[in-house]
Amino acid sequence: MKQKRQDTMNKIDVNEKLIVKDLHKHFGKLQVLNGIDTTVSEGEVVCVIGPSGSGKSTFLRCLNQLEEVTSGTIIIDGYDITDKKVNINKVRENIGMVFQSFHLFPNMTVKKNIMMAPVTLKKMTTEEAEKKAEELLTRVGLLDKKDAFPIELSGGQQQRVAIARALAMNPDIMLFDEPTSALDPEMVGEVLDVMKELAREGMTMIVVTHEMGFAREVADRVIFMDGGVIVEEGSPMEVFLNPRQERTQDFLKKVL
Amino acid sequence: MDFGRVLRDATPLLLEGLKLTIGVSIIAIAIGIVIGLFMCLMKMSKNGILRAIAAVYIWIIRGTPMLVQAFIVFFGFPQVIQLLSPSFRLDAFTAGIITLSLNAGAYLAEIFRGGIMAVPRGQEEAARSLGLSKSKTMIKVVLPQAFKVSIPSLVNQFIISIKDTSILSCIGLAELVNKAKTYVGSSYQFFSTYILVAAFYLVIISLLMILSNYVEKRFKYETKKTRHNE
Repeated sequence: MKQKRQDTMNKIDVNEKLIVKDLHKHFGKLQVLNGIDTTVSEGEVVCVIGPSGSGKSTFLRCLNQLEEVTSGTIIIDGYDITDKKVNINKVRENIGMVFQSFHLFPNMTVKKNIMMAPVTLKKMTTEEAEKKAEELLTRVGLLDKKDAFPIELSGGQQQRVAIARALAMNPDIMLFDEPTSALDPEMVGEVLDVMKELAREGMTMIVVTHEMGFAREVADRVIFMDGGVIVEEGSPMEVFLNPRQERTQDFLKKVL
Repeated sequence: MDFGRVLRDATPLLLEGLKLTIGVSIIAIAIGIVIGLFMCLMKMSKNGILRAIAAVYIWIIRGTPMLVQAFIVFFGFPQVIQLLSPSFRLDAFTAGIITLSLNAGAYLAEIFRGGIMAVPRGQEEAARSLGLSKSKTMIKVVLPQAFKVSIPSLVNQFIISIKDTSILSCIGLAELVNKAKTYVGSSYQFFSTYILVAAFYLVIISLLMILSNYVEKRFKYETKKTRHNE
């Protein structure tokens, strides 16, 4: 993966996949993130939970700079992505993102949705991208839908295509922003299954979610956020069964 | 009323005018699209000066009748330019194209802007998150979708522009209406002649509508199979 980076980037020698230092984000006067510090190791699955408005989605969106940070640093694979000199487009090629409402391209077929980025960014030839798309669609169980348009798919199917689309760039980190929140209950399972499979294969994943069952089962670590800070983090056992903070206890009482 | 005679005598004359109507329309719409795209991008730019220029242009064009715009371009501008270069002449054809393309450009700019704004923000975010630059996102993801949304308004504007060429008869452009006026001047066959003129317009605009229906169908985001099931 390293050769994908630009030579001009200053590499900082670290072992962690992702390091976040004192991250702040303000929208005008509204302070959404008030100093986030955390690290994520290679292959780790981190679930971020918390009440709405706690800043967890904003935190996730800062990690691929969909939101520009107000202050603080984010180091991914040793490169400080908040540095203005860093080519953010190159960085994003290695970070897949899955959105709450899928955001598939409605004017392209399922296969074209997946092929678009690798072909446009000249990472693959059309033939390679096509092969890759079919491979990924097989993986998410939707090969028979390859020529359908997004509008013809159910929500769960659309989200599985969106995951395949993000994987087409061969990212080494995947960000999930409430991937099952917009789905009908009976479709949540099929999407979570794909994500579990991905976790088993060793993908580094950061998942903002309300699916406590998923967090408990799959996460290596759970982060509880509230008021723009990390209130508590630890293994699912620690956070779910033995929360130390009162705010965590309150939240879990409401959602479990 | 002698419709047969009008059909026989006036048709060659009117066809000549029709040629000019179609020619001026196509050239002016093509230039108008370029002007419209530029003005749209200017109006959406971060630069306040560019935004202001586009806003003033659109404001003036939309706030004044095209007949007045045509008079200013054809009679007004030459008078000013002749102060500097006395030999300057502007023919009706050029003045007509300038007027119509400036006019269409203002409306098209707003149509394009509306189309771009109609594309959900998530589309841009999805493309950017995959590593596409801003411009590649615009070209690959936003503009194709914006175009689809804009098709009905675009066709509408093309229709208006084609019909507005008739206004240019007032500056002496020898288009369809102008030719008809010449013919009725000597034949006094008002009813038959103008009905014939109306029919000519109806035919071109119907052809355009057929074309636009075809384009709109081609841009449906569905496979053929599901469309049949509807």
